[in-house]
Formats: sequence, C-alpha cells, structure tokens
Amino acid sequence: MSDLTALSLAEAREGLRKREFSAVELVEAHLAAMEKARALNAYVLETPPQARAMAQAADERLGRADARPLEGIALGVKDMFATKDVRTTAGSRILGEFVPTYESSVTANLWRDGAVLLGKLNNDEFAMGSSNETSCFGPAISPWRRRGSNTALVPGGSSGGSAAAVAAHLCLGATGTDTGGSIRQPAAFTGTVGVKPTYGRCSRWGIVAFASSLDQAGPLARSVRDAALLLTSMAGHDPKDTTCVDRPVPDYEAAVGRSVRGMTIGLPQEYRVQGMAAEIERLWDEGRAWLEAAGAEVVQISLPHTRYALPAYYIVALAEASSNLARYDGVRYGMRATARDIREMYETTRAQGFGAEVRRRVLVGTYVLSAGYYDAYYLRAQKVRTLIKRDFETAFAHGVDAILAPATPSAAFGLAEKSGGDPVEMYLNDVFTVPVNLAGLPAISVPAGLSEQGLPLGLQLIGRPFDEETLFSLAEVIEQAAGRLSPERWW
Amino acid sequence: MSVDAKTVRRIAHLARIAVAEEEIEHLQGELNAILAFVEQLGEVDVANVEPMTSVIPIELKKRVDRVTDGDIAEDIVRNAPATEDHFFVVPKVVE
Repeated sequence: MSDLTALSLAEAREGLRKREFSAVELVEAHLAAMEKARALNAYVLETPPQARAMAQAADERLGRADARPLEGIALGVKDMFATKDVRTTAGSRILGEFVPTYESSVTANLWRDGAVLLGKLNNDEFAMGSSNETSCFGPAISPWRRRGSNTALVPGGSSGGSAAAVAAHLCLGATGTDTGGSIRQPAAFTGTVGVKPTYGRCSRWGIVAFASSLDQAGPLARSVRDAALLLTSMAGHDPKDTTCVDRPVPDYEAAVGRSVRGMTIGLPQEYRVQGMAAEIERLWDEGRAWLEAAGAEVVQISLPHTRYALPAYYIVALAEASSNLARYDGVRYGMRATARDIREMYETTRAQGFGAEVRRRVLVGTYVLSAGYYDAYYLRAQKVRTLIKRDFETAFAHGVDAILAPATPSAAFGLAEKSGGDPVEMYLNDVFTVPVNLAGLPAISVPAGLSEQGLPLGLQLIGRPFDEETLFSLAEVIEQAAGRLSPERWW
Repeated sequence: MSVDAKTVRRIAHLARIAVAEEEIEHLQGELNAILAFVEQLGEVDVANVEPMTSVIPIELKKRVDRVTDGDIAEDIVRNAPATEDHFFVVPKVVE
C-alpha cells in the first residue's frame, strides 16, 4: 500500500468509499507521520485514542455503505476550538489544563459528517500573532525551507500549526480561525489553501473568543476542492451564535471547476503598496493573466481607505480582546496564582498566565476603551470601518465579482526575525488581509508560485458577502495554472 | 496621544494585570509605538459617518423564552481551580 498521507482529502474520501483502505489504516498512517514530524511542533496534543475510536466507527459506516460526507477523513483542529474531553488551551498558559465539557459547533459539524480528530494544533496565544511564535508551547515550524538553507522559518500565524500540519501531510485538512488574516497568511506561507468565510457563515460558538466582530472559522487544506469539502461541513446555522446566519449552505464542491468566463475581477490600486517585492508584483500579474486566459475580465478598482485598515483593525481587535479576555480571572477555569486577597489573585494570575504579546494587546485595548478615550479611538475606528466596508460595496456595485490581490507582502520569514523590538513591524504583515475582516467579506488564499528563494507565495481572492462559491471557482483556475506546491521532507 | 508611566500603571490596574515597576518603561515604549501607529486615523474625515455596529446586516435573532438547558453544575465547576459543593471558591472578599 502506498503512503496514505500522500492523498488529497478528496482522493482519500474516494479510496475509503471504494474500500481500497480503511479509515483505521488512514488514521494509523497519519499518526505515524505525526510522530516523525514532532520537530515541527505542529500538534500541541495528539489524540490517538479518539482518532482510532472515531476511525473504527467510520469503518463500520463505510462497511454498510452508510458513509457521511467526510466519513473517516482525518483532521487536525486548531487549539482555539473547544473539543469535548480533549484539552483546549488557545496556546495560553492561563487556560492551563482546561478540558471542555462541550464541543464547539464547527467541530461538532465535522464529527456529525464523519470526520476523525487526530489532535489539537498549535497557534499563537489566543490567536494573537502572525508567526505562531507567541504560543505557550513554542513556535510551530514551517515544513518549508529556503533553497539551500537550514534556517527554520515560521509557518505564519495565528493558525501556524494548522498550516504546518496540512503542508507536511500530518492531516488531510485542518480548521483555523481568522480575525485579521490568521488563516490566509499561514496558508500563503506554507503553500496551502485557506478560506476565511463571510462573517456569520460559520458558528463562533465554542471557539475561544479574540475579537468577536472579526473572528471567523474556516478550513486549511492542500487543494481548493478539499477546502470546499471542509467548508460545506463546517458552515451552517447555529442558534447558539446570534451572529451566525440562517441561510442554506451551498455545495461548495460543485463550484470547483465551474467556468469563470465573463466574470469581472477587480485589481485594487491601493494594494500596490510602496516597496512591494518585485516577486509579489510578478505573482499578481501572473494571477491576472491566468484569470484572463480563463475568460474573466480584469478591471482596475480603487479602495481608497485601504491604508487605514490596519490602524482601525488594531483598535477594534484590541478593544474587543481586552473585553473578551476579562474572563480569565483564575476563578472559573484555568490557572490561579496564589495570593493573599482577590485583587492580587486576579492581577498575579493574569500577569503569570498571559504572554507578552497578549498582555500588550489587553493593555492597549483597555486604554482605548477607558473613560475619555472611547470616542477618540474606538468610535472613530468603527466609523473608519464603515468607510472601508463602503469601499468594497462600491466596487461590487460597479459589477466586480471578486477582487484579486496578494495574500502577504512577502514570503515566510525566519524564526525570531520579526519578533524582536517593534510590535508594529509584525502587524504590517497583515496589510492585505485585515480589510477583509473589517468588512466581513469572504476571501481565499491560494498558492500561486514560488519565491526566488523557493518559498511558496499566495494570491488572495475577495468576494461578495456569502459568495464563497465564486471564490472557489476562481481559485481553482489559479490552482490549475500554478500547480500544487509541496515541501521536500527534511524532518 | 501618548501614555506616561502613571497611565501605564493605571491601565494595568484597570486590566487587572500585575506589572513590575521595572517593566513600566519598556511597556510604555511599546504602547506608545502602537498608539503612534493608530494615530493616522485622525486624518480620516468621519463627519456624518455611522459607526459600524453589525458587519453583516442581520435581524437580531430571538428565541422562545423557555429553559432549554441546565442541571449541569458538575460540568460548570469541573475546570475551576477551587470549588466546594458546586461553588467557586475565592480568597475572602469582605472582612
């Protein structure tokens, strides 16, 4: 039997249905690969007992031709999703050995459709980071290296463990969360496909909250089709999240391969930022040419408030984070520091439990919400957010079906290269991804080529609200033209 | 706007995060770097612009006012650092 971890999710589904191999065999192949790849620090918890039990149940279903959509498909889950009876930490010391007594709605949807849990994946602490370096478990490492170099690179973040695991074939697909680019940026850094769905498409219930008006769950996978299959199961109405919409989930796989002839694609001039790497510009031009060759029409558009997206994002996200993270008080769950009185208990627990980046963000968020500053910061940022959303609405009203842009300003950087002095330098990595979260739109990051140093680069497609289908159709055109990217195994 | 050492101490207290005296200066520098970065928003003309309240326009969902969950006290306290008979235990609050 050939290596089962080499299969795409769609191929594995096919093989399972034809009984070419069993779900248990598929799980065992992945557990063995995970064990060999511990140097990547992609998983923070491996769950072989759950994986085997779920795979056995899947084999029974497959045996009586009663397979559900993802029957026996082995997945990794970002440690931001609460998983019943399986430790969930959000990459933070403050959650300690928290073991949820409930299951997040998105993962419950995956298990309902027959998927299998391999383990929990590394991420930046509370999803706050763009390199996975703020995790209390230490950084996840990218399976990619620069040509002729042994330098360890970041897989991006915050869904760095998910991206590393998918790229290194340690699962068939993974869940991620995206507040400012946390699915799309790591997908771009690792040559994988990442989808940030429309706000409200997936339930946020049971996901550790970072910035509630921006957070959205989505899949990471090795192909556009695999990502479509995963999103079809993850999405859907949930009465437990009042912002989760009650509208039917399309069969996203049906959109993969659909013609894009006659579609209008906008290229936002403001994304041609100063000092943009030549190879990113070239990638963008290539993407444009591929879509034109497939029959799409490309037009220049303007999104004039783009440059204000990052500062608006950092006010909104940090304000909401400071409020959401107030719950970590050492009383109801997680760690508690020893203290003489309750105030010292709160303050010491939070000082010991939060890492440097989370502390910084909670402090800034607290400041911008404090008496006398609310209007100058938070209220103004929410007004700017209205303007940013209006920019996109204007483009769509002029007949643009989707927007094509780079996913990141550069290829993956080295470990510790940007985590030094200035926190703002790291934030700049999200320049192309945060406007999408502020506007609540869907977007997909798809591998489009290699950098001069041999590292993957991604293009991003941004769509109308709830029009993920158009994104899957367009991304498939890019994937067909660029081919799939795979790292050489060194671990 | 920029913060001074006194403001850093006040914010840390509001956020209930203990900060050692020797960390204040460093934190002050980091916070001011972030605040300087977001300062650009001051350039934007936001006159007559409504602040965003809901990014996707949806009608607020309502549910039937009925008890649909409960009797899970054991689950709720399971992860607490200190409990007694389904109560969370904390250091004494009032003398």
